[in-house]
Amino acid sequence: MNRLSLSQAFIYLLRRDLTLAVRNRAEFANPLLFFILVITLFPLAVGAVPELLARIAPGIIWVAALLAAMLSLDSIFRSDFDDGSLEQLLMSAHPMPVLVLAKVAAHWLVTGIPLLLVSPLLAEMLGMPQAAQGILLLTILIGTPILSLVGSIGVALTVGLPKGGIILSLLVLPLYVPVLIFASGAIEGAAGGLDVSAQIYMLLAFLFLSISLSPLATAAALRMSMS
Amino acid sequence: MYLWFNKLGSPPHFYRIAGKWMPWLASIFLVLLLTGLYGGLVLAPPDYQQGDSYRIIFIHVPSAWMSLFIYVVMAFCGVVTVVWRMKLAEVILISSAPIGASFTFLALVTGSLWGKPMWGTWWVWDARLTSELILLFLYLGVIGLHGAIEDKRVAARAVAILAIVGVVNIPIIHYSVEWWNSLHQGPTVTKFDKPSIHWSMLLPLLLMALAFQVYYVLALFQRCRAELLLRERNSKWVQELSGE
Repeated sequence: MNRLSLSQAFIYLLRRDLTLAVRNRAEFANPLLFFILVITLFPLAVGAVPELLARIAPGIIWVAALLAAMLSLDSIFRSDFDDGSLEQLLMSAHPMPVLVLAKVAAHWLVTGIPLLLVSPLLAEMLGMPQAAQGILLLTILIGTPILSLVGSIGVALTVGLPKGGIILSLLVLPLYVPVLIFASGAIEGAAGGLDVSAQIYMLLAFLFLSISLSPLATAAALRMSMS
Repeated sequence: MYLWFNKLGSPPHFYRIAGKWMPWLASIFLVLLLTGLYGGLVLAPPDYQQGDSYRIIFIHVPSAWMSLFIYVVMAFCGVVTVVWRMKLAEVILISSAPIGASFTFLALVTGSLWGKPMWGTWWVWDARLTSELILLFLYLGVIGLHGAIEDKRVAARAVAILAIVGVVNIPIIHYSVEWWNSLHQGPTVTKFDKPSIHWSMLLPLLLMALAFQVYYVLALFQRCRAELLLRERNSKWVQELSGE
């Protein structure tokens, strides 16, 4: 029997998760629809005044992205936990954090990228100034992987619980706050014509920090959940 | 030293030692609290700008310090729990969470009471207030996660991981004062070269901070003892204790 190298295992796992997602389209359609719906609710609730909407657009889009990401988190590990394949992954010879990273990457490709693609449209509908739209895309590109990575810790902690979903939001949303602050701050700054490289660098720092650390915590939490 | 540490980690031993220390801790706490309160509420002069309202800092500032300190203790216990699976660390971690949450809540409430006459509003969305509120949510998350998992040893490990992850937020809370320019006044105590607070106010403040520390240990011991009894209710030493 031939053994897989680590990079092969990573790619196989990524491909498996992506295939599963493509076969089961609701998995990535739901968060996206939720994202669009939440954003649609805001003009109805606060009134369709263009100046007001343009002013709060960065906040609306980012809060909606946060909620959509949270809604989709459960799918990272839930079905694998239910059918036992997570147990098999934990028993594999490869280091669990790397496999976790593959699963999270698949999750981001399935849920983060659609948000990225649809957000310019929503930004335009909310009347966000042109100057800020590029920065909006940049923050979503950098920010949504952080949401998936940090969220994976929360899912791993709660996956074994019967009502994990309720507690998941309490665990994960406070940890999302820095992303929210810097992302919406960057967009607002860009709309005001300021230099926002500081916020972007902070977001990048968060991204690299969470890429390097969160898989370790997720793997430890998964071991705990399976015990 | 290692033996002593090992012995302290054993539940029956800790139960006994903590029980012996508690009356002492209680009296030290009372002395510190009363002198601190007397110094702060009676001896310290009123502030030239804020009048007597500033006196709430003798409760507010120590609570805010404790809210951060306890989270760091929890994260430290979390590391010990994950690495060495030490039962006592698990118990301290779990027992600290409600105390920390209470201090955080106290800091928020006293800050809000102070804010009304000073800023003219109960609440402003400034960085420090918001971070403190988020800290409260972190504490509630720890308590909630622990409550949701049936097996308490597994729950302790879950909470340990969560506490370690959450401690990343502690520096963010601390440096938020510098990151965002806000309504909240900057730190006045840690500037050691030339403190902008007079010693007649500083001394009671430090006394109160010490009193709160001692109170934390006292409350922690009480909760730990209860938690230990609950967890080890089927073990021999608890049976013997209750058989007496």
